[in-house]
Amino acid sequence: MRPFAYARAGDTPTALSLSGREAAYFAGGTTLLDLMKLDVMAPERLVDINPLKAEHGSIAADGSGLVLGGLARMSEAAEHPAIARDYPAIRDALVQAASAQLRNMASLAGNLLQRTRCLYFRDRSWHACNKRNPGSGCAAIQGVNRRLAVLGVSEHCIAHYPGDLAVALVALDASVDLVVPDGSTRTLPLEVLHRPWGDTPHVETNLAPGELITAIRVPAAPWFRRSLYRKVRDRESYDFALASAAIALDLAPDGTVREARVGLGGLAARPWRAREAEDALRGQRLDEGSAAAAALAAFAGAVTHGENAFKPELGRRTLVRALLDAAAMET
Amino acid sequence: MHTTMQTILRINGREARLDHDPRITLLDALRERLGLTGTKKGCDQGQCGACTVLIDGRRVLSCFCLVAAVEGEVTTIEGLSGEDGPLHPMQQVFLDRDAYQCGYCTPGQIMSAIACVTEGHAGSPDEIREYMSGNLCRCAAYPKIVEAVQQAAPLLIGRAP
Ligand SMILES: Cc1cc2nc3c(=O)[nH]c(=O)nc-3n(C[C@H](O)[C@H](O)[C@H](O)COP(=O)(O)OP(=O)(O)OC[C@H]3O[C@@H](n4cnc5c(N)ncnc54)[C@H](O)[C@@H]3O)c2cc1C
Ligand code: SF4
Ligand code: FES
Ligand code: FES
Repeated sequence: MRPFAYARAGDTPTALSLSGREAAYFAGGTTLLDLMKLDVMAPERLVDINPLKAEHGSIAADGSGLVLGGLARMSEAAEHPAIARDYPAIRDALVQAASAQLRNMASLAGNLLQRTRCLYFRDRSWHACNKRNPGSGCAAIQGVNRRLAVLGVSEHCIAHYPGDLAVALVALDASVDLVVPDGSTRTLPLEVLHRPWGDTPHVETNLAPGELITAIRVPAAPWFRRSLYRKVRDRESYDFALASAAIALDLAPDGTVREARVGLGGLAARPWRAREAEDALRGQRLDEGSAAAAALAAFAGAVTHGENAFKPELGRRTLVRALLDAAAMET
Repeated sequence: MHTTMQTILRINGREARLDHDPRITLLDALRERLGLTGTKKGCDQGQCGACTVLIDGRRVLSCFCLVAAVEGEVTTIEGLSGEDGPLHPMQQVFLDRDAYQCGYCTPGQIMSAIACVTEGHAGSPDEIREYMSGNLCRCAAYPKIVEAVQQAAPLLIGRAP
């Protein structure tokens, strides 16, 4: 690890004043220390924001929605009874993510901002990685890319967004509350927190340096009780998604889809909202035929690169299964 | 840039004062500075669980904890029973059940297993498998580990770690 200065922020203004381009907020540290040990991230200053948990660490649910403190731990959200009851997709995504130890450590804001698991990104002995080394090329496009993305990729980077929680949240229309270093606040839809790779894959989010995520907001909708998250991986537990789908369904009594929400994970460059699939489902009766049509629509724009050619089919099947399971939920 | 700092850690009921580089992890401090080598380094990358310790009773990966940021009482495998005292029930059951081969993952398994029980996630073999999945065992002693956790669970009721 490169040398860094460590500073502990007792409150939000202190955290903001210590922040900056060369600094990084330190929450659970499970992404940051991982990548610092690999010399992929090298902040000059770590700003420990864990004392801010008192201000930004609670979880509250009421008629207007769910507010998740940015510093709440994954395990705390996973065990929260109102989330399990009213937003089961969020609970499903959390309990299937990482391990019990990591969930005890990791914050929700840090989870949203986890970095890709692309092997070339994580290994500095490879020169060509536009994300780590802008302009150097992309070793993965012709290389080991089995886990990488097929949706939202560019010719400059095909890295996947590996997280689970953000996929459930993007399906449920979540947004994030931010505090800007000058002290003002703003709210950003989660769908635009992460940027498309385009020709600047090294710029991953629309956060300005020093912006702090204080909370995640999810609107209330009674039909979110009919929501779930299905994750397919190489091993049955403690692995990143090869493909995952977050679903929420508003079904009429006769089974017609009034509204559908579809998020996809493990398959895309960003937490992916599959609006084409949602449009294909609206007004249809949910059955195998309509689910398959929605899945086709979701992957119409998929681009594969050799090893990951299996992913659109795996993604379609995962999505069909998730849709049928969601339709069958007792709510 | 090698600023040193001072941190007081509370480990297994004792206080340890450390002058240290900000980069040192709890795992390295335990093993290299405090002589507590029971906690193992498998991967140093948060992937194997060998370095699991408890902080205020919650299981965490010590390879991902910075000493500078540690807050609370740390319990390591050495802290589970006194020098000559009886073994912690989880240790005893791992022994009785032969829930290891080489033993390298075992301290992490035992720390994780204790938390798995106290969290209330040891209700069935399936639940134990899911909630112990953060602890890898290269010897694949998994079936016996699951049995051990299941057998020890009732013995932990009403007990502090
Ligand atoms: C072995 C392993 C397996 C994993 N498996 C999964 C999995 O299956 N599914 C999954 O979803 N995740 C998985 N993860 C990722 C893990 O969930 C993330 O590393 C974790 O959630 C990050 O949270 P943190 O608090 O530790 O972040 P940190 O490491 O503290 O921070 C991450 C980044 O976010 C920034 N940051 C942190 N908090 C804030 C804030 N409030 N405002 C602004 N910026 C902030 C930091 O500066 C840093 O850049 C895995 C990780 C490991 C190591
Ligand atoms: S896919 Fe992206 S992160 Fe991976 S090597 Fe290519 S540019 Fe780097
Ligand atoms: S050494 Fe910490 S998880 Fe492997
Ligand atoms: S007993 Fe050898 S690694 Fe688990």
